[in-house]
Amino acid sequence: MNDPCDECEAMMQPFLDGSLSDDEVALAQRHLDKCRWCAKRYRFEERLRHYVRVAVSEPMSPELKERLAALRTPL
Amino acid sequence: MSESAPTTADARRLAKEARDRVRFEEEALELSDQVYRVARRLVGSREEAEDLVQQTYERAFRSWRQFTPGTNLRAWLLRILTNLNIDRGRRQQRTPQTTSLDNNEAGDYFLYNKLEAQLPDENPDEERVLERLSQDSIVDALADVPHDFRDVIVLVDIGEFSYADAAQILDIPIGTVMSRLHRGRRILKKNLADKAVV
Repeated sequence: MNDPCDECEAMMQPFLDGSLSDDEVALAQRHLDKCRWCAKRYRFEERLRHYVRVAVSEPMSPELKERLAALRTPL
Repeated sequence: MSESAPTTADARRLAKEARDRVRFEEEALELSDQVYRVARRLVGSREEAEDLVQQTYERAFRSWRQFTPGTNLRAWLLRILTNLNIDRGRRQQRTPQTTSLDNNEAGDYFLYNKLEAQLPDENPDEERVLERLSQDSIVDALADVPHDFRDVIVLVDIGEFSYADAAQILDIPIGTVMSRLHRGRRILKKNLADKAVV
């Protein structure tokens, strides 16, 4: 018999990616509704993905932007 | 006058082609920020990323007729970019293969558990736990993910491409995208736990 929290942990990534079947989503959701321990870790994962995306996001330099614009076919 | 008919048609065709081309170039340039953001994390340095993006646009503007209007232009540009990156001999990049995958089999709750254990409060909220990670070292933690895994993380989690788009861009099956993504995120979290804790 598997630990329900272990099962929930294994479903976290596909759950948050929206790639689980409806039945699997329902299974995970039933557990999350009653398990604050797992629910918290799911919320953390969601926030983490956003946090990482922002942290590694580096804007393009204006110079490169100009160089790219200069590649356009002259009208 | 009979000879002028084809000439007019030709002129019309050329005018249309010129318009299509201008529109293509404009749409491609509007995506350049997003293309750069992804490129920057696929390679090790800003200079490489800038070169790669410039070459991508040069090639895209040369081969614009190969783009099918109505399909995903951002994915098309990234496909060019990743091909150019492979041509450049990406293997020289910073990808320490010393990361033993066996050591990365910690589960998905591993990072949270480790961060929470370092806080004095009994039941901290997620935001406070997250603040234990330094933003600067997140960049390093991602750079240290082996590139096969990193590529999919960068495309899906940073670039917000679908599995299907990522599969097409990297020319690998969707199932491989998913397995590398899941494993890659665990490696990233392991790296974060090892290196990025404030």
